[in-house]
Amino acid sequence: MSSDIVIAILMTMAGAATPILLAALGELVVEKSGVLNLGVEGMMLVGAVITVAVTLTTGNHLLAVACAAAAAALAALIFGVLTLTLSANQVATGLALTILGTGFSALFGRPYTGKSVPTVGSPFPAELATDPVWRLLFGHSVFVYLALIMVVAVWWFLQRTRSGLILRAVGENDLSAHSMGYSVIGVRYAAVAFGGAMAGIAGACFPLALTPQWVERLTTGKGWIALALVVFAAWRPFRLAAGAYFFGLMMIFEVYAKSSSSFRVLPSEFWAALPYLATVVVLVLISLRREGSSSAPACLGKPFIAAG
Amino acid sequence: MQFRLEKRQEPSKLLQVLTPIGAVLVTMVLGGIIFTLLGYDGLGAVREIFLSPLLNAYKWQDLAVKAAPLIIIAVGLSIAYRANVWNIGAEGQYIVGAIAGTGVGILTNDMTGWWIMPLMMLAGVAGGAAYAAVPALLRVRFRVNEILTTLMLTYASVYLLNYLLAGPFKSPTSMGQPQTVMFSADQSLPYIIPGTIVQLNALLAVIVALVAWLVFSRFVFGFQVRVVGAAPHAARYGGFSADRTVWLAMLISGGLAGFAGILEAMGPVGRLILQFPAGYGFTAIIVAFLGRLHPLGAVLAGLMVAITFVGGEMAQITIQLPFAAVGIFQAMMLFLLLASDILVRYRVRSVRRAEIAT
Amino acid sequence: MDISLTPRLQLHGITKRFPGVLANDNVGFSVLPGEIHALLGENGAGKSTLVKMIYGIMQPDAGEIRWNGQPVVIHNPKAARKLGIGMVFQHFSLFEAMTVLENIALGMDAKIPARELEARIRQVMDQYGLHLDPHRTVSTLSVGERQRIEIVRALLLKPTLLIMDEPTSVLTPQEVEQLFVVLRQLAREGCSILYISHKLHEIKALCETATILRGGRLVDTCDPRVETSRSMAEKMIGGGLKDIKKPAGRTLGAERLVVNRLSLPGAGPFGIPLHDVTFTVRAGEIFGIAGVAGNGQNALLLALSGEELSRHPEAISIDGAPVGGLPAKQRRLKGLASVPEERNGHAAVPEFTLADNTVLTARDRLGMVSAGMIKSSSARTYAGEVITAFAVKALGPGSTAGSLSGGNLQKYIMGREILQKPSVLVVSQPTWGVDAGAAAAIHQAIIDLAAAGSAVVVISQDLDELLSLCDTLAVINGGRLSKPMQVEGADIEEIGLLMGGIHGEGAVHAV
Repeated sequence: MSSDIVIAILMTMAGAATPILLAALGELVVEKSGVLNLGVEGMMLVGAVITVAVTLTTGNHLLAVACAAAAAALAALIFGVLTLTLSANQVATGLALTILGTGFSALFGRPYTGKSVPTVGSPFPAELATDPVWRLLFGHSVFVYLALIMVVAVWWFLQRTRSGLILRAVGENDLSAHSMGYSVIGVRYAAVAFGGAMAGIAGACFPLALTPQWVERLTTGKGWIALALVVFAAWRPFRLAAGAYFFGLMMIFEVYAKSSSSFRVLPSEFWAALPYLATVVVLVLISLRREGSSSAPACLGKPFIAAG
Repeated sequence: MQFRLEKRQEPSKLLQVLTPIGAVLVTMVLGGIIFTLLGYDGLGAVREIFLSPLLNAYKWQDLAVKAAPLIIIAVGLSIAYRANVWNIGAEGQYIVGAIAGTGVGILTNDMTGWWIMPLMMLAGVAGGAAYAAVPALLRVRFRVNEILTTLMLTYASVYLLNYLLAGPFKSPTSMGQPQTVMFSADQSLPYIIPGTIVQLNALLAVIVALVAWLVFSRFVFGFQVRVVGAAPHAARYGGFSADRTVWLAMLISGGLAGFAGILEAMGPVGRLILQFPAGYGFTAIIVAFLGRLHPLGAVLAGLMVAITFVGGEMAQITIQLPFAAVGIFQAMMLFLLLASDILVRYRVRSVRRAEIAT
Repeated sequence: MDISLTPRLQLHGITKRFPGVLANDNVGFSVLPGEIHALLGENGAGKSTLVKMIYGIMQPDAGEIRWNGQPVVIHNPKAARKLGIGMVFQHFSLFEAMTVLENIALGMDAKIPARELEARIRQVMDQYGLHLDPHRTVSTLSVGERQRIEIVRALLLKPTLLIMDEPTSVLTPQEVEQLFVVLRQLAREGCSILYISHKLHEIKALCETATILRGGRLVDTCDPRVETSRSMAEKMIGGGLKDIKKPAGRTLGAERLVVNRLSLPGAGPFGIPLHDVTFTVRAGEIFGIAGVAGNGQNALLLALSGEELSRHPEAISIDGAPVGGLPAKQRRLKGLASVPEERNGHAAVPEFTLADNTVLTARDRLGMVSAGMIKSSSARTYAGEVITAFAVKALGPGSTAGSLSGGNLQKYIMGREILQKPSVLVVSQPTWGVDAGAAAAIHQAIIDLAAAGSAVVVISQDLDELLSLCDTLAVINGGRLSKPMQVEGADIEEIGLLMGGIHGEGAVHAV
C-alpha cells in the first residue's frame, strides 16, 4: 500500500471516529453522574436533522451546530424530567427517547431529504494541508479537533475540578452526596443536558463532515456504539478516544471493501456489519478484564429519591 | 400551593390499569397541540390516527394484521423485561427467525404436505431463539450487557438479510431483484375469516398471549421470572438460578420474535424482501410497556398501537401527514406512560407553602 | 451575658410528622459548650430524625432551634456546617471508589487546593492521633478507618458542636476506647458533642447529660453518671424490662450442623473470603457468631444457606449428610432454613404480597407446588398462619411485604422460616433496626425453636444480644472464625480482642 492510501485511511478513520467520540464523551459524563441515558442515538438524529435544516436555511454552520446542540439537550431534558424528577425507569425512558428522536427526525427531515448540505472543512489555512503528511495534521474537519479537545477537557473537568469531583461523587453514592448537601438531581440534570448537547454536536458531524445530506436514520446505530464505547473505555476519557479511533477503523472497511479487491474474500455486507460485530467482541474482551464492572459508577441507572 | 409526593403503602392496582389509558388520551390531546404547532392539521392527525381505524369497520382486518406480530413479540419481551433481561434486539431475532424459516421454505418450496408449515414455524422459533442465545450466553458467561449486544446483533442481522437476498436466497426467477421465491400454498398461512385478509397469525397471537398468561400467573416459572426481575438476591435466596432465568427469558423472547418473523413472511409478505424489517421488533417494546408487561395487556396494547399504524397509513392519504408522525405519537405514548408510573407508586398531595417553610 | 452560660444548642417544641408517624413530638433540650450530651433511645424513638433536623437534612414541622442563643433556621447541611455543626453519620457518607483526600474534599464547603487540604488533614490527624493515608482508596479501608475519615472531615471545619450518630455500632471495644479519648479531648477544647446511642454502658462512661427519647417524645433529661443502667433502660423502653425466658438446665442433643474447614473465595471485588471456618452446633444449641461488620459474616451466611456453593460437599453437613455442594433449594429440603440480614430484596421481595413471599422459601417443604403450578390457596393459608402466630401487624396475606414496618417484616420472615420447623436455622442480625417489642418476640421465638430441638446459628454485630441469647459463641474476623467458647463465663476483653483481629491486622488486607 502506498503512503497516500495509508494517509487516506487514517483521514477517513478520524472522520468516522469523531461523532462516536463526541457522543461517547457526553454519555461518559452522564454515566459518571450515575445516569444511564440510552437515548444517544435519538439525540444524535435530532442534532443531525436540525443541523441540516439550519444549514440549508441560513447557511451558517456555527449556528447550525449550536441549534443542534440545543435541540438535543432539550430532548435530553425530556429524559431528565422523566427519570430524575419523576424517577421513571432509565432504560425504558432512554429507549423511548431514541424512538422519539427517530420519529421526530424522520418527520422534520422530510423537506430536506436528499438535498446536498455544504460541509465544513479544516479550521487551518489550506496551505498548511497541501502536503499529504501535513494534511494528516491540519486537513481534518473542525469536528475532529473539537472532539480531541473535548477529550482533554472532560478529563480535566472530572479529575481536576471540584465540580467534576462532585459529579463523580453523585454517581458513586447519591445518598451520601445528598446528605452532604449536594444537589443530586441538579448535578444529574446538568450532566444529562451536557450529554444531550454533545450527542447533538455528534449528530451535526454526519451532514457537515461525513455524508453531506439528510436521509432517515442517518446515524445508523452509531449512538449505540458510543454507549458500548463508554463501557469499553471503563469510563476513562483517554481510553475513550483510543476506542473511538479503533471503531473508526472498523467502520471504514466498508468504504474500502467496495473499491479494493483485497476485501472481496468476504461479502461487502460482512464489512458493513463489522463495526457492530466488533462491538460485541470488544464487550466480551473487556468483560474478561477484572476491573471491568467494578469501574462502573456505583449508582449507574438507579433512580434517586430524596427523603424528607 | 405546592405539590408533594407521598409514597403509597401499596402501589395502586387501579392506576396500574388506568395509566396506560390515560397515557393514550393525553397523547391524543398533547399530540394534537404539538402537530398543530408544527404546522400540520393536528386535530385531523389525531382523528385519523386514533379514531378512523376504529370507526371504519373495513379497516378492522388491517388491525389484526398489524397487531399480530406486535402482540407475539411483546408477549416475549414482557416476560424478558419482568426478569430484568433487557432484550431490545427483538427486531434482529424477528429477522433471523424469518430467515431460518424461509431457509426451510426455500428447500421445501417444491414439496407438498401439511408438515411444511409447522416445520417452517419451528425453524423460525429456533432461529430467533438461537440469535437471542448469543447475548444470553454473553451475559451469563461474561456479564456482557445484553442491551448493547442484542442491539448490535440487530444491525448485523439486517446485513445478513441483505447478503442472503443478494445471493444464496435470491430467487432464480426474480429478474435480479433481491428477494426469495414466493411461498407455495402449503407454505402460506391460511385465511381464517373468509373474505378478509386476516390470517392464522392473528389467532396464534391470541393463543400465545393466553398461554403466556397462564404460565406466568400460575406456574413456578412465572414466579421465578418475577422474583429474579424484582429482587435478584431474594431469588437466589429462594433457590432460583438467575442464570437459568436469563437463558429462559432470552430464549423465549427471541423465540417468539422469530415466530412472529416467520409468520409475517408466511403471511402478509409472502416471501423475504429487502423491506422485510418493518420495525415491529422496536415498536413491540412500546407495546410491552403499554401493556404493563402483562401478556394480556400486550394484546390490548398491540391493538392500540396497530390502530396508530393503520391510522397513520390512512392519514398519509387523507391529510398528507407523513408516516413518521406515527412514530412520534407512539413514542409520546411510551413517554407519558413512563411519566405516569410515579402516580402508581406515589400519591400527589397539595401542601400549603406555610407548611414547608416552617 | 457570659457566653459560656448560653447553651450552644437549644431545641424548643420540635415536631416532625411523617405519613402515619409522629417522629418527633414537642421535643426540647439544651446542649452546653464543651458538654458531651447523650441522646438515648430505642430504634425508632426519633433520634435520627431529630439530629437530621439539627443538621439541616430535614426541616421540623414546628418548633424552634436556637444556636448560641439566637433562633436559626437551618435550611441544609451546608448552613449547619457554616454555623459550626459537624456530623458523623452511622452509615458513613463515603465514596468507595475515591481516595481519602477526595472524600474529605467533598465534605468541605470551601474550595481548598488539594495540597493545602492535605496539609490541614495531616495536622488534624496528628493533633488527635487519627492516622490514615490520604491517598488510599476508601474501599481498601477497614470500618474503623472509614469512621476516622468522617471524624477528620468533621474536625477540619473546627466544629463547635459535633453530632455522632451511633458511632460505636461498628467498632471493636478497643476502637471504642480510642474514640472516647478523641471525644473527651474535643470536649475539653470546648466543642459540644451530641452523642447518639442506645448502649447504656457507653453513655455512662462518656456523657455528662442524657436526653432520653421514646416514641418521638422526650422522656427525661438526666445525669447518666448517677443513674443506673437499668433505670435508664426502663425510661428508654418504657415500663419494666421483659426478660427473655430461657429454659434452665437444658441438655444439648446430637450434632445437627457441622461445618468443617469451610473456605470460599470472596464474591465481587470487595468480598471477604472465608478461611477454614469450623464449628459444630448441636440440637437445642444457639450458636452465636460475633464480629465487626464486613468481616465475612455475609459470605458465611451465603455459604451456609446454599446461595454460594462450596467445592467440598463435606464442608457442611446437616444431620450427618454432606450438603456443601447442594444449592439452597435442596438444603431447605434437608431441613436448613436461613434469614439473611437484609430484609428488603433479600429475605423478602418488597413488591410481592406476603403470600407470594411464602412461596419464595416454603414452596417445597410445605408442598405449595404441584406439577409446576403454584397452589396459591396454600400459600395464603400459610401466610395467614405466620401472621397470627407471630402477631405480625399486617392487613392480611394480600398486603405487600414492602408495606410492613421493619420490625413487622422481620417478625414475618422469622415466622415464615421457624414455622417450617427447620432442623437448622441460620439467622443474621435478627433484630437489626427492630423495635424493642419485636426484638423480644424474635429472641423468644429463637429460644423456643432451639428448645424444640433445632440447631440455631445467630450472626450478629450486637454483642449484648449474643451474650444474652447464645449458649456458645465464636468471633469472625477477616473471614476466619475463632475457637468457640461457652458464653457462660466468657471474657468480654478477649472477645473484644478477637473482634479486633487477633489474627493480625494483615489478615484483612493480605488476601
